[in-house]
Amino acid sequence: MFKIVEKEILAPNIFSMDILAPRVAASAKPGQFVIVIADETGERVPLTICDYDAEKGTVQIVVQSMGSSTKKMAVYEKGDSFKDFVGPLGVPSEFVNEDLEELKKKKILFVAGGVGTAPVYPQVKWLHERGVKVDVIMGAKTKDLVILEDKLRSVADNLYVATDDGSYGFHGLVTNYIEELVNNQGKEYDVCIAIGPMIMMKFVALTTKKLNIKTIVSLNPIMVDGTGMCGACRVTVGNETKFACVDGPEFDGHLVDFDEALKRQGQYKTEEVKKDHKHHENCVFNGGAK
Amino acid sequence: MDRFKRIPISEQDPEVRNHNFEEVCLGYTEEEAIAEAKRCLQCKKPLCRGNCPVSIDIPRFIGKIAEGNFAEAAQVLAEYSALPAVCGRVCPQEEQCEMKCVLGNKGDAVSIGKLERFAADWARENNIEVGKAKESNGHKVAVIGSGPAGITCAGELAKEGYDVTIFEALHEAGGVLVYGIPEFRLPKETVVKHEIENLKKLGVKIETNVIVGRTITIDEIMEKEGFEAVFIGSGAGLPKFMGIPGENLNGVFSANEFLTRNNLMKAFKEDYDTPIKVGKKVAVVGGGNVAMDAARTAKRLGAEVYIVYRRTEAELPARVEEVHHAKEEGIIFELLTNPVEILGNEDGWVRGIKCVRMQLGEPDASGRRRPEVIEGSEFEFEVDTVIMSLGTSPNPLISSTTKGLEINNKKCIVADEHGQTSREGVFAGGDAVTGAATVILAMGAGKEAAAAIDRYIKEKDK
Repeated sequence: MFKIVEKEILAPNIFSMDILAPRVAASAKPGQFVIVIADETGERVPLTICDYDAEKGTVQIVVQSMGSSTKKMAVYEKGDSFKDFVGPLGVPSEFVNEDLEELKKKKILFVAGGVGTAPVYPQVKWLHERGVKVDVIMGAKTKDLVILEDKLRSVADNLYVATDDGSYGFHGLVTNYIEELVNNQGKEYDVCIAIGPMIMMKFVALTTKKLNIKTIVSLNPIMVDGTGMCGACRVTVGNETKFACVDGPEFDGHLVDFDEALKRQGQYKTEEVKKDHKHHENCVFNGGAK
Repeated sequence: MDRFKRIPISEQDPEVRNHNFEEVCLGYTEEEAIAEAKRCLQCKKPLCRGNCPVSIDIPRFIGKIAEGNFAEAAQVLAEYSALPAVCGRVCPQEEQCEMKCVLGNKGDAVSIGKLERFAADWARENNIEVGKAKESNGHKVAVIGSGPAGITCAGELAKEGYDVTIFEALHEAGGVLVYGIPEFRLPKETVVKHEIENLKKLGVKIETNVIVGRTITIDEIMEKEGFEAVFIGSGAGLPKFMGIPGENLNGVFSANEFLTRNNLMKAFKEDYDTPIKVGKKVAVVGGGNVAMDAARTAKRLGAEVYIVYRRTEAELPARVEEVHHAKEEGIIFELLTNPVEILGNEDGWVRGIKCVRMQLGEPDASGRRRPEVIEGSEFEFEVDTVIMSLGTSPNPLISSTTKGLEINNKKCIVADEHGQTSREGVFAGGDAVTGAATVILAMGAGKEAAAAIDRYIKEKDK
């Protein structure tokens, strides 16, 4: 069992949890993720790592409750435990193994969308701790959904916030903001690292392609085991099939077949609704029987 | 009684069982087991034994059953095998022990597998304790993977007094026994869990959710955590695909994904959260045991199911019993047929497969006649789900993170007949070394490596 030692509500339906998992905390690196199973009947849910502390032995995850499994997790409080917590999964970000002096010369832009802000934080933090300055654009639908702003501001050189409805910061999409910075504010970037909803990453990649900025995206497809066994996370990158769980999750955004990836993400939608529906029926039934 | 005729075993009716996940074979009753055991000729030089990968003293355990002494039969099995209830169910006996049975020359071989299963089940149901651990010798050994190779290696070492910890990547112990082989061939709650509990009783510690190569490395296990030797029994878990167009369409799954969702994640049970997609008409591509498992699972989930295989029935790699069961349950075999493309609709879902008909030509390297395409035989076949069951290969997570660990061009770990790898103190066996094979071969390798680890540590200790 893996104890929840801290829980914080970040926004409506978005929360962070610090999980006691010393082995994962000791080996986690930027770019990696975990799989969490809430209870005996739970799914293996891949989740991003927002932070980790090897000394305390904790790993922080950020969850948006959407499907039945993440809704189940939302009910857990500080002091409760998840049944399983495994990781770190995936390959660490490319820059982790790059020469630090070379890295310092690079102009790096992070683009974070929605809960994708969570996995951006440990990357920016890692670079900040090594003296690499980076800019960050974070986008959200509306002001209420802007998360981790203070944390990110403390490690980013420049933090730019955008909201779709203009309720906070720049009024527009993150792609508009990228164009604004590069075309109107004279910013230059060598690398863009974009993490967020698949649709956002698709359009960021299209934008940066035009601007000729190398782009890394972090994919979040459907997966079961997360160790290369099931192949559910197949993604086409440069006409080759890759497994996001072991070959990724980070890939060259200009080579990813996003249209296929978007379709594949919806593969189990009807089944999930069925299962979710059954749960509700069962709950109503049990409630009535009590 | 006709000595040359097998005592038939009762099974669930095919039309009933293809709607449930209960075990197909119901096993012998005590009377049936005794009658079947009495058919054994008790050969002075038993050929059956020589063809068993773990050399079980087959006549001796069968003799005990014939005497009605079931507990002692189980004790005999335990001397040689950590998993008799499993092997009695999934071993390819017809190619091993039973193939060499003298009775087979004139009639039916003794049902060695079914008797093995009977003795093991009887011992479990009657709470007979089998196997004891020697006093602790204080030496720590790590075992990676809790499948058949790992379980066997860990069990053997624990009996010798070693302090053994198994690191398992998934959330449940058992490896392929829990994620791969379906409930209707190998019940998890009774049979598999019991075997795992037996291991724990021997003092073996099992740490689940530890992915060696990610959570920890072999170097950390040996240097930081003080394990003197490591056995890698991580299996062959990576699915193969055909590399044909349309393979990434929605509705194309690896058999591994399909079976893992159903077996490990229990998607077939309503109260479990993991979804599974089966569709109305399913093509399972491949002809091995895993293909049969996937097909029979899809059937049980309500689909019309086809096995698409490029050679003939004679070349099917699956066990005869599995093919027989699959046919009884209504699986349709499209033989001498090979997919060349998976066809999709505009939403990215499978709508069919394009196949070609094949004929058999000259024998290839495997000795089987090579399938050749019949020109102009292309046809379309309407299905909404395709399950690829083309075999698996070892996961490179461990080999790619362990310096000096030699692998071959098939990504299999290179090890000698005792399991010794290119790294001192690191041993390996089972599918991680051989590529996908059988439970019993993996057990044989686990046992051999346990003996080698014992010698290695004692030698080092001198």
